[in-house]
Amino acid sequence: MKKSKKPMSRSRRAAWIRFIIAAFFAVLFVAFALFASSFATHDPLQTFYDHMLEAPSSTFIFGTDQIGRDIFSRILYGGKTSLLIAFVVTGIVAAFGIFIGTAAGFIGGVFDSVLMRFCDMLMAFPGSIFTIALVSFIGTGIPNLILAMSLTSWTGFARISRSLVLSIKNNVFIEQARLGGASDWKILMVYIIPNVLPSLLVNIFQSIGGKLLTISGLSLLGLGSPPPTPEWGFMLSEGKNFMYQAPWMLMFPGLVILINVIIFNLLSDSIQELMNPKENNW
Amino acid sequence: MSILQIEHCSICYQNGAPAVSDVSLSAEQGEIISIVGESGSGKTTLIRAILGLLPPGGRVTEGSILFDGRDLVKLSEKQMEDLRGRDIAMIFQDVGTSMDPIRKIGSQYRESIAVHERMSAEAYRSKAVTMLKHMQLTDTDRIMDAYPFELSGGMKQRVGIAMGMTARPRLLLADEPTSALDVTIQAQVVRQMRQLRDEYGATIILVTHNMGVASYLSDRIGVMCRSRMVEFGARDEIIFHPKEQYTRDLLDAVPKLGGKRYAK
Amino acid sequence: MLKQIKDRIISLIIILIGLSILTYGLTYLLPSNPVDILIESLGMTHDPETVEKLNKQYGYDKPFWEQYWNWLKGVFHGEFGYSVKYNQPVSEALWRKLPNTIKLACSAFSMTILISFPLGILSAVYKNKIADYIIRFMSFIGVSIPSFWLGLILIYLLAVKLGILPVSGFSSWKGIIMPTITLGVTNAAYYIRRIRAVMVEQLNEEYISGLKSRGVSKARIIFLHVLPNSLLAVITMLGMSFGGLLGGTMIVETIFGWNGIGSAAMGAIPARDYPLIQGYVLWMGFIYVIVNLLVDISYQFIDPRIRRGMEQK
Repeated sequence: MKKSKKPMSRSRRAAWIRFIIAAFFAVLFVAFALFASSFATHDPLQTFYDHMLEAPSSTFIFGTDQIGRDIFSRILYGGKTSLLIAFVVTGIVAAFGIFIGTAAGFIGGVFDSVLMRFCDMLMAFPGSIFTIALVSFIGTGIPNLILAMSLTSWTGFARISRSLVLSIKNNVFIEQARLGGASDWKILMVYIIPNVLPSLLVNIFQSIGGKLLTISGLSLLGLGSPPPTPEWGFMLSEGKNFMYQAPWMLMFPGLVILINVIIFNLLSDSIQELMNPKENNW
Repeated sequence: MSILQIEHCSICYQNGAPAVSDVSLSAEQGEIISIVGESGSGKTTLIRAILGLLPPGGRVTEGSILFDGRDLVKLSEKQMEDLRGRDIAMIFQDVGTSMDPIRKIGSQYRESIAVHERMSAEAYRSKAVTMLKHMQLTDTDRIMDAYPFELSGGMKQRVGIAMGMTARPRLLLADEPTSALDVTIQAQVVRQMRQLRDEYGATIILVTHNMGVASYLSDRIGVMCRSRMVEFGARDEIIFHPKEQYTRDLLDAVPKLGGKRYAK
Repeated sequence: MLKQIKDRIISLIIILIGLSILTYGLTYLLPSNPVDILIESLGMTHDPETVEKLNKQYGYDKPFWEQYWNWLKGVFHGEFGYSVKYNQPVSEALWRKLPNTIKLACSAFSMTILISFPLGILSAVYKNKIADYIIRFMSFIGVSIPSFWLGLILIYLLAVKLGILPVSGFSSWKGIIMPTITLGVTNAAYYIRRIRAVMVEQLNEEYISGLKSRGVSKARIIFLHVLPNSLLAVITMLGMSFGGLLGGTMIVETIFGWNGIGSAAMGAIPARDYPLIQGYVLWMGFIYVIVNLLVDISYQFIDPRIRRGMEQK
């Protein structure tokens, strides 16, 4: 029997195009950050005293800041920190949250209720405020930032994976696997997690975007990596003081944050669209 | 003379796949017509198209649907809204889901009357209650005050029929009205539909995959298969002297006492 | 229904207590303490006598549970400890500024609702038409843009370049406009997406066909049927995102020089003024918890299925 090949609908094609573009740029930006030293035109920490507050030019692509540092290079290196933290935090949060959530959903019972109560407790609180308070308590620096951000955002993944697991758990094919003699562990690994992971991919990319915003916010408030390490949010807070003379100090770091977040959100949205062909449902 | 005439109608969905291809049928005033076929044959699409209830992306690409001589495909939305509920009504397969889940029956019933006719609050209620009683529903006060999820399947179906018939539409479309019901309730509902034609002279077009219901109720039967109307004729003709192979297969598929055994 | 509310209140109290223990415990475990900072900032010598005297004065020499208990007792009397930085009780330092934060939050919240509901509904009703694409594009940008950057750009364009609005928030009534736009617009983007999603889901439900078949007009269907059915999901989101709104006030207050508890807390952070930070955290938590409680209670009124205890499918 021949399988009929349905031509891809226009909207599906559009979704694939969006995905490919987003993926391409995501990889590009990660490359920029990883190989910042190869792309940067200057040393991000070097101050050029005769070129302070200069507008963008061929030497200084994005202009210079108040003590003569090249903004373009600083942005590239800043990306390194921001993307690093965003990826690491997302990784930790996703791994931990998915593990806990899946376990809770799978095992059920008292274990589940206790865990969920605990999550409720953590979630009953504005996350950003908690993060800021935590950072102010334990201090700044990359490891502390990673710790603080991780502690406050794993609950989302726990909840989502738990509900996904619950919805699959009662499916007949799980029962069949059990009847066939599969151990609980095998069921978890072979059936449940592979079915849960794709939907979670959407959340993972969304999380990266969110963390980028959080990191920039924290560094804007002076709670990020200590200066003179370049960081986008902090560059914005510096730019605020020189708005009159050097608006490019404000424009470029902010634009970069925006574009990065757009790319990861686009990735997340397009994956969701591709997986749920029914309708773009955000 | 015919109240409804569908001529060479074709309907497509968004991805271009045809749901209905070149289908024609006609219905006289007071006739009961059943359209039978398997799932996916296009019979539900056809019915919905009459009232303009196709999902987004569905369009009538060819042909016409004439109601009293007017082509429904060409009417404006406002004109269709006037027709719906008043001249043509529809009963759904699962009446429960065809009603707003967070509104009381009374409130929705009143809304369906008020769209076409304005009257006092008591008049709405009494009109609704009369119709419900006519459907042999006794506890009308409780029903009017209930939410859809609080009623049983059979009750909901009868409420649906009552709401549909209140404005005395001349054409009633029923989409698998019995499929979601238990067998005894099915019998009741089917008899009720017969009564509607006998009392009000309504024309009924019924979509079903249940040959028993079709043969009991109908004057004429249409058989659809994969978007085409395979055969259309008088009930006795179709049931006892089917011309097409598919029709014969469909009839054969109904298990008969003492008939052919398919499993050994 | 009353029982459910009581349960909810109890669990919320437990949550607040848990959080307060967490935050208090953290400050206790830290190496440096407000007294040390105070000594440094005043340029005094760091000798053991002075340290001990100050510790006693501020009560930092007692064991953990005693400190916590004293603090908790104080909380119930409206005292949150003593702010080392502002040199006054925390409650006083925060109390005068709290209304400003609430004013800002409410103002932003109203703007969010005013923008997001019409646009969300439009987007859903005209799905896949041009209006929908434009709205979706704008809200996509809205969720991706850093709110503080938007605020700074607004300051640059409207205050610096065009000079029509004041830079700092407090000099006139005009001061609230930019912070409100900053917070309100970025929040609205999330809401628009969610409202659209919920309504699109509802529009695919069978009861829409049912209503249509009875001749009910499109406008009626949208406003009298789809909207109420969407309300439940939307209100849930309202409650949860309020936390984000509260968090956003901190940054916005700092940027715009808005004299609310957010900027007070910001000042407290470099000074390691933990009591104040704790007071801030607790207050924000409390507000958020109350809002969510109200949301939970409202479920009972909105959805008759919950009210009349329908068994879930």
